Amino acid sequence: MEQSGLMEDASQVPAPRRVGLFVTCLVDLYRPSTGFAAVRLLETAGCEVEVPPGQTCCGQPAFNNGDSATARAIARSIVERFEGFDHVVAPSGSCAGMLRRHLPELFADDAPWRERAERLAARVHELTSFLVDVCGSAAVERLRGAAPPRGVRTATYHDSCSGLRELGVREQPRHLLAAVDGLDLVEMRDAEVCCGFGGTFCVKYPGISGRMVSEKVENIASAGADAVLAGDVGCLLNIAGRLGREGRPVRVFHVAEVLAGMAERGIGEPASGAAGTGAVAGSSRG
Amino acid sequence: MIPESHRFPDRAGLALADEGLRLALDRARQGFIGNRRKAVDALPEFQELREAARRVKNHTLANLDLYLERFESQATAAGGQVHWAADAAEARARILAICREAGARTVTKGKSMVGEEVGLNEALEEADLEVVETDLGEYIIQLAGETPSHIVAPAIHKTREQIRDLFAEHHAPLGLGAPGLGNAELVARAREVLRREFLRADVGITGANFLIAESGSTVIVTNEGNGDLSNTLPRVHVVIAGIEKVLPGFEDLSTVLRLLARSATGQEMSVYTTVSTGPRRGEDLDGPEEFHVVLVDNGRSAMLGGEFREMLRCIRCGACLNHCPVYHAVGGHAYGWVYTGPMGSVLTPLIVGLDKAHHLPNACTLNGRCEQVCPMSIPLPTMLRKLRTRGFERGFGTRTSRMGLAAWGFLARRPAVYGSATRVAMGILGWLGRRRGAFRRLPLAGGWTGVRDLPAPEGETFQRAWRRRGARR
Amino acid sequence: MLPDGGATAAHSFAERPACRPVEGFLGEGMAMTTGSGGAPSGARARVLDAVRAAVRREPAEAEAEAAARREEIEARIAAHEVHVRPSVEGDLAMRFAEKVTLVSASFAPVPGIDGVSRAVANYLEEHGLEKEIVVTTDPLVERVRWSNEFAVARRAAEPEDRVSVTGAYAGIAETGTVVFVSDRTTPTTLNFLPETHVAVLARDRLVAHLEDVWARLREERAAPPRTVNFITGPSRTGDIELQLELGAHGPRRLHVLLVDA
Ligand code: SF4
Repeated sequence: MEQSGLMEDASQVPAPRRVGLFVTCLVDLYRPSTGFAAVRLLETAGCEVEVPPGQTCCGQPAFNNGDSATARAIARSIVERFEGFDHVVAPSGSCAGMLRRHLPELFADDAPWRERAERLAARVHELTSFLVDVCGSAAVERLRGAAPPRGVRTATYHDSCSGLRELGVREQPRHLLAAVDGLDLVEMRDAEVCCGFGGTFCVKYPGISGRMVSEKVENIASAGADAVLAGDVGCLLNIAGRLGREGRPVRVFHVAEVLAGMAERGIGEPASGAAGTGAVAGSSRG
Repeated sequence: MIPESHRFPDRAGLALADEGLRLALDRARQGFIGNRRKAVDALPEFQELREAARRVKNHTLANLDLYLERFESQATAAGGQVHWAADAAEARARILAICREAGARTVTKGKSMVGEEVGLNEALEEADLEVVETDLGEYIIQLAGETPSHIVAPAIHKTREQIRDLFAEHHAPLGLGAPGLGNAELVARAREVLRREFLRADVGITGANFLIAESGSTVIVTNEGNGDLSNTLPRVHVVIAGIEKVLPGFEDLSTVLRLLARSATGQEMSVYTTVSTGPRRGEDLDGPEEFHVVLVDNGRSAMLGGEFREMLRCIRCGACLNHCPVYHAVGGHAYGWVYTGPMGSVLTPLIVGLDKAHHLPNACTLNGRCEQVCPMSIPLPTMLRKLRTRGFERGFGTRTSRMGLAAWGFLARRPAVYGSATRVAMGILGWLGRRRGAFRRLPLAGGWTGVRDLPAPEGETFQRAWRRRGARR
Repeated sequence: MLPDGGATAAHSFAERPACRPVEGFLGEGMAMTTGSGGAPSGARARVLDAVRAAVRREPAEAEAEAAARREEIEARIAAHEVHVRPSVEGDLAMRFAEKVTLVSASFAPVPGIDGVSRAVANYLEEHGLEKEIVVTTDPLVERVRWSNEFAVARRAAEPEDRVSVTGAYAGIAETGTVVFVSDRTTPTTLNFLPETHVAVLARDRLVAHLEDVWARLREERAAPPRTVNFITGPSRTGDIELQLELGAHGPRRLHVLLVDA
């Protein structure tokens, strides 16, 4: 199932890849726009996308806080929902990292489930790395030419920790962003340093988290970009929240939204005019 | 020292409010990270060395019983005396006994983290021995009555003004006035004062970076040369070392040395790497008459037998601290004990008990930078997570956070309940936040909104919007 | 876990005469005289038993298996297997000179042993230092004929000594390290107490890597000397605000003379 050999075929092979979108709870609850952007990117890249119903969370809060039993229960239901797909893609390095690297660990003493978990884990991908490493260059070609958000000429990219260190996501989003028309990517200082989100860490140790995110925001501001992008809604909420608190006018988007040309209302920005819910997501899906 | 790690949140709070500390930590971060980067980039074989070092250490740990016996028999054959201590109290008592036997009144010490770990100085001082730390950083914090805030640079948090004042105060009885503020003047003053101590000390105590089974040798690595003066000038040389410090032979040592200095300070080699084997030989013109090695367990054999064995590969280089964003934010003292940063957050609970240090493994974002730079490839985040599991099983953590987690776990396992509950909650939040786009304050979300706004959700959940649309298309 | 496999088994493994039961020595010696209750005499057995219990795959590893492991580690130690080494290319002396300078030491090549006296005099004059030196009596430095402008002492270091001239055992091109061993001709204190340290290194003692020094030591000495010092530049500290300062406790200056002996 892994990459390389399939790359050239991507554009010609008639049977499209069947991709199960792992929405992630933060996208589901907070940022549907990111989910719709992910769907559009995957479809443009030639995938057939499904969103299996009944998704909740990847189990990370339980896993990282030492509650293995709960994490295991959640893991089982994920395996059951997603094992029928060719690939599982998540618009998050953190959740993809959880599924790809840690799911099998949870079943150390349960061989049958461990095997199922391993088989699934090997097919889980973070969105941008899936597009570049699995779908290949022909698919990436098709993603060219999206228009940047209105008023955004330069953007800087924050490397979320799990994506970067557990999955090696670094060049892929930058490579894709280089194909967005009229968008310049500028690097901030310490782009690869944690923003201080860390899941439940940010509410358990707010003082430390606050120091970390102020430094991140300082580096973002010094880079002089109009917008900051990342591949994880968790980091983005944290960063947007701090930018807002400091009154810094930098806009915040998930990288998928920009790549899909669907970035309109930035994270933490007021809804434009309409008070109705779902307006943004609704208008952006063509 | 008595562990204060259970007070981590308070101590972290104090540290965050300390502007001077912040400047010091910024300086340290820039220096250490940049220097390591350059040194690693200049050595194409670095990754291969890392891999080799991991293999060497894994092999040694898997046969630690035999390597320890081999070390002991060789050290003894060379005329040294090997002592064993199962815990901190035994280590203190053993060393105190050696000092008493030697009729010692004054002791000079080279830097030793395991010495700090077992509380050696306090024990010796209580027994009316005069103990002088000779590593400049250790000396400074000894004068200040503090513990190291960094395993490589113990006084990293002190400014030159503070150091000048400490010297002025403590050197007055020696008839010395306040030194100038220049770096050179401060270092020269310490050199002058400590030189006197070396020359009159009866016992020199050093740690060991490594023990060599091949020859029964101990190895110390320093930049100042203080360890060597403690090694050589006093009549009795005592080495205190954790049992995990053994390496089979000198080829293995060579490999690990290439990683140590580069990871710690960005040097290719520290200035002084010294291999000591036994006491002075018959015709030698200098060197100690007695050579003792005290091998300390203090929790290590328990680590060896369980899921934390890999932690025993640690060579105390400090790279994980230098790259840890939490350490950058709060510095070493917040951790409340002698080991700090990521390695400290693993070691402290394992040595002093999780009940006294359960905050440490939790106060981490699991960002993974420490593992990435650790020259011994120790999976620090995995170890921290394992400690969290133990803590969870034992019911540590605040009531609120346990309840919050339980509630989320409940929802996450019940998609239908999750679906309807989140639909309602997000609908309300989205509606409330539509005008400003974010909340400055929200009931029950103080942990979040104390330091940042909470961006409002879009309103409808993705899954609901997707199904709705699916029905339409 | 190992009620009786512990200490007795360990001793029965001993093949080398040197491996005598240290426990007896501890128990009857120190602990008795101090009478302190802190370090009971069984510490050795307790620690080793715990370590054994931790590493043995089976709780009661058979004697034969332990013996096999022991053979394996003895063979491994005896093999002196070298792991990865950084590449050291080109002329060793050039590389050594470059590295030694990078670590804030200074370096001068000397064409023959007869040039050493002059070279040391030059160096001391350059730094405005008195020509009072304490020297080692190893074969190399013994061959130096000191001109009569020098006051020369041959002994271990004393607190007031300003300049030492010591014979090096080896030089390592990989890192610009100078190696010294202790014996009756080369006291260790001369490498540390004086503020200025001049090392005399014979060109044929230059090696490429750290490992080469161990190989030589094993070849040339029956047992390791009491002290082997690997010295890479003059003493330094970064303990005050992380600013580098030379001459913390050891020499402020290190000067290496590479001699074609
Ligand atoms: S854990 Fe690794 S990086 Fe940290 S001090 Fe130990 S060896 Fe160095």
